[in-house]
Amino acid sequence: MLKFTEDHEWLQIDGDSAVVGITTHATEQLGDIVFVELPDVGAEFAKDDDAAVVESVKAASDVYMPLDGEITEINEAIVEEPAKVNQDPMGAGWFFKIKLKNAADAEGLMDQAAYEAMIA
Amino acid sequence: MTQPKYEPYDFANRRHIGPSPVEMEEMLVMVEANSLDLLIEQTVPGTIRQTDTLAWGPALSERATLDRMREVANKNRVMTSLIGQGYHGTILPPAIQRNILENPAWYTAYTPYQPEISQGRLEALLNYQTMVCDLTGMEIANASLLDEATAAAEAMAMAERQSKSKATAFFVDENVLPQTLSVLRTRAEPLDIEIIVGDPFNDLDPAQVFGALFQYPGLNGTFQDFTAPIAALHEAKALAVMAADPLALCLLTPPGEMGADIAIGSTQRFGVPMGYGGPHAAYMATKDAHKRAMPGRLVGVSIDARGNKAYRLALQTREQHIRREKATSNICTAQVLLAVIAGMYAVFHGPMGLRAIAERVHRKAARIADGLEALGFEVTPKEFFDTITVDVGGFQGLIMRNAVEAGINLRAIGTNRIGITVDERTRPDTVMAVLRAFGGDNLSYADDFPHYRLPGALERQSEYLTHPVFHMNRAESEMTRYMRRLADRDLALDRSMIPLGSCTMKLNATVEMLPITWPEFAELHPFAPEDQALGYAEMIGDLNAKLCQITGYDAISMQPNSGAQGEYAGLMVIRAYHRARGEEHRDVCLIPSSAHGTNPASAQMAGMKVVVVGTDENGNVDMADFTAKAEAHSGNLAAIMVTYPSTHGVFEETITKICEITHQHGGQVYMDGANLNALVGLAKPGEFGSDVSHLNLHKTFCIPHGGGGPGMGPIGVKAHLAPYLPGDPRDGKGAVSAAPWGSAGILPISWAYCLAMGGEGLTQATKVAILNANYIARRLDGAYDVLYKGANDRVAHECIIDTRPLKDSAGISVDDVAKRLIDCGFHAPTMSWPVAGTLMIEPTESETKAELDRFCDAMLAIREEAAAVERGDWPADNNPLAHAPHTVEDLVGDWDRPYSREQACFPPGAFRVDKYWAPVNRIDNVYGDRNLVCACPPLDAYQEAAE
Repeated sequence: MLKFTEDHEWLQIDGDSAVVGITTHATEQLGDIVFVELPDVGAEFAKDDDAAVVESVKAASDVYMPLDGEITEINEAIVEEPAKVNQDPMGAGWFFKIKLKNAADAEGLMDQAAYEAMIA
Repeated sequence: MTQPKYEPYDFANRRHIGPSPVEMEEMLVMVEANSLDLLIEQTVPGTIRQTDTLAWGPALSERATLDRMREVANKNRVMTSLIGQGYHGTILPPAIQRNILENPAWYTAYTPYQPEISQGRLEALLNYQTMVCDLTGMEIANASLLDEATAAAEAMAMAERQSKSKATAFFVDENVLPQTLSVLRTRAEPLDIEIIVGDPFNDLDPAQVFGALFQYPGLNGTFQDFTAPIAALHEAKALAVMAADPLALCLLTPPGEMGADIAIGSTQRFGVPMGYGGPHAAYMATKDAHKRAMPGRLVGVSIDARGNKAYRLALQTREQHIRREKATSNICTAQVLLAVIAGMYAVFHGPMGLRAIAERVHRKAARIADGLEALGFEVTPKEFFDTITVDVGGFQGLIMRNAVEAGINLRAIGTNRIGITVDERTRPDTVMAVLRAFGGDNLSYADDFPHYRLPGALERQSEYLTHPVFHMNRAESEMTRYMRRLADRDLALDRSMIPLGSCTMKLNATVEMLPITWPEFAELHPFAPEDQALGYAEMIGDLNAKLCQITGYDAISMQPNSGAQGEYAGLMVIRAYHRARGEEHRDVCLIPSSAHGTNPASAQMAGMKVVVVGTDENGNVDMADFTAKAEAHSGNLAAIMVTYPSTHGVFEETITKICEITHQHGGQVYMDGANLNALVGLAKPGEFGSDVSHLNLHKTFCIPHGGGGPGMGPIGVKAHLAPYLPGDPRDGKGAVSAAPWGSAGILPISWAYCLAMGGEGLTQATKVAILNANYIARRLDGAYDVLYKGANDRVAHECIIDTRPLKDSAGISVDDVAKRLIDCGFHAPTMSWPVAGTLMIEPTESETKAELDRFCDAMLAIREEAAAVERGDWPADNNPLAHAPHTVEDLVGDWDRPYSREQACFPPGAFRVDKYWAPVNRIDNVYGDRNLVCACPPLDAYQEAAE
């Protein structure tokens, strides 16, 4: 199940776990990404907490926790090579994986059609 | 009608104001106004216009201005100050004084945000960063901070963010400079940080703190190896900050080798005169791991479009103009000119020279210590660098007086001790005079056998300043040419207008600059007895009165060293006012979304909660949103921060209403004075509703930008806030910078400006600034959309033009336009602020019609070039805009472009003979931020980067 937030994050949800990244639209707005800072594995965040930082030459912005949960895995590859986020934002450029506190919360997020309508 | 008599010495109208009367007539025709006064009436709302005129006697000619300055300077007494405490006598090499400090190519440059036209000072700053890294033994250094005390405060805030400790206290060495402690206390309080002062070896409990600051050497000369307390801090996940004297580091173990996480200090004694407190460049250096948390600007190395080495500001996005209330600090201005001088001092002397200077200083201190011990005095410490403390029992007053009679200031400590700090200017005669002041007679000076009393265990083993730039042949011929080469790479006001919106790049007249290097202004110690600084007192008093008259405020503090620091100081005044009235809960600060990014960052530092107020489609404060939020937060409203005229360059008609509503809800109005150049003589913020403002003396009052500092941001307040102004940093409450009058050494510039202009001249300058902006707006209108006009279709002192349509129609970005202006010989206007994709143009009153026309011709030609791309004459990625700026390398290389070399290099606006050639092609920002290098790379590395 693919979901989106208003802050331009995507979540690929599978049961009570999810992969999180930033959308293609977000990477286009940011331009070339030069730095990514990821949270520690095991860290717990509430929805909308600052979980990660992404910097391009134009902007620095926070990546928010899309739902309450715990970080289970992070994508070290994008820390080593931030350009990966620009190259494949919805795939190899994922940020972190989370274990959702309440899987049902995902219902409140946008689906792809709603997100595309929002950015149109 | 008879022609008015020509007055050759009328500074305001002949020299400072650009357009001649004839030119102004032509310009008024263009803007369709019958007279200058009519234009002003149509532009500035009648509700805020002042009814009186600025009056303080007639304007002075340049000669009379200098006479008056000289008269006041003569009331300052230049003494030999062995006071120390962070300020030292130093010898500014004459070649650096003339070629940098007194050279408009260096002092009139802007902050190097457009790196292609700033390669010279970027290299000079990279030298400075390399010097700081080497001397401190740290991994990365920034391009300077405002002073040592605020650098310590920034380090404290940085340590809190970076440490993994949960503690909320910060430990401060009891041997810290008192002004540093004052500023730390001010800054800690709103952030709920507890300051613990004590002995690092007995009182420091690492578990209790997130960080600690150690002074090296200590205030009274003590030296300690901080390796053990630093290790203990690290055990507890806390960070260690060391405040270190860079000259001492030439001989002694640097902070990096003791494990320090952050090193800060002042580079003043590297050739920068004391100036009664400033300006000086403070340094900050840290470990690589903390680089992204470091405040301030950072110069990095990247490559240009041809793959050649090029410098630029790195990690720009951390800055507050993008991060706003999430910024790591409100630091904006640096001390570039002073950092350039300090870095060049190191180039000039090289490591051997610096070591020799440090040794000479030390030997003289040792000579004094030996002499005093021979006289029977107890001297501490036994091992020292340049500072000793003498136990004098009941003779303190007598000895201090003896010294003053001999022309020497010493430092009284308590009631029975005296501190002596030796510096580069100390001569054998000074040593003898000091000993005589202590009762010595029949003395002879022997310097033939060096005597060292350095702490042997801390002797420096590591090398420093190994880069070739510090090992050039130091003949003055070579040095002068090096400084000239660097200056020639940059585009400053001495070559063309710099139409940066919101930055007020006006004339920095020579008459204003001359006095700052007079010894009577330059060589006073900020803590010298006040009776030696009567000239300063008179000048500051008079400038104060004039600024009060201009702004309608009742009191001024000269302490803040930048606009952002002024914002912080002003908000702290408001905070103190509410607290004094028992309204501590007032902590909401309303800030329009169009505000300068420093505003929310400052509010956050002052412990306030930022509530953003929307902006309407015309760029004005959204009154409905503002009113609703003022009401919603009525009980907790502390302040609104509003810029006037607005950051969109418009005189908002609603400003008095905004002030009124804020006051109704118990809040105070902070009016950002960045745009004061549109108000002087026409309207007074203190009369139309504001309670406090900072004044950017480096914008409105002619202090040059220095390539990115110094700045000065004194604050003016209404009478009810006066009791809460910053106190004396030596012992008072609420100090925001290290010296009582901030960067007093550059106040002569603003004072000279006021004297030579007179009240009438200042008012005329404001009117012409508005005329110049409206003239540009009118000439460019049609080719570009001019956004955000006020009533009667007028702009204030600046205008915003929209380049976004070019992106859609031709793929031309605002960057392309900015870089193409370089080919035309111009610095770009402010880019993408306050609105992304636009240019904000502020010509100031100092530009002539001819220069305005040259700029407009260039802008119109650029629009034509974009049109050619729109038509498909040129591809979107292969046209003069996309390849700008063009360099000599382009000319001599293969030419396979669809436009000619002539078109590339000589667009309208460009001079034929005096063409400005960019030294590099467009710089690759992405490469630079992905491959961060912030010190001088080895020479062969440049070639590798290119390959």
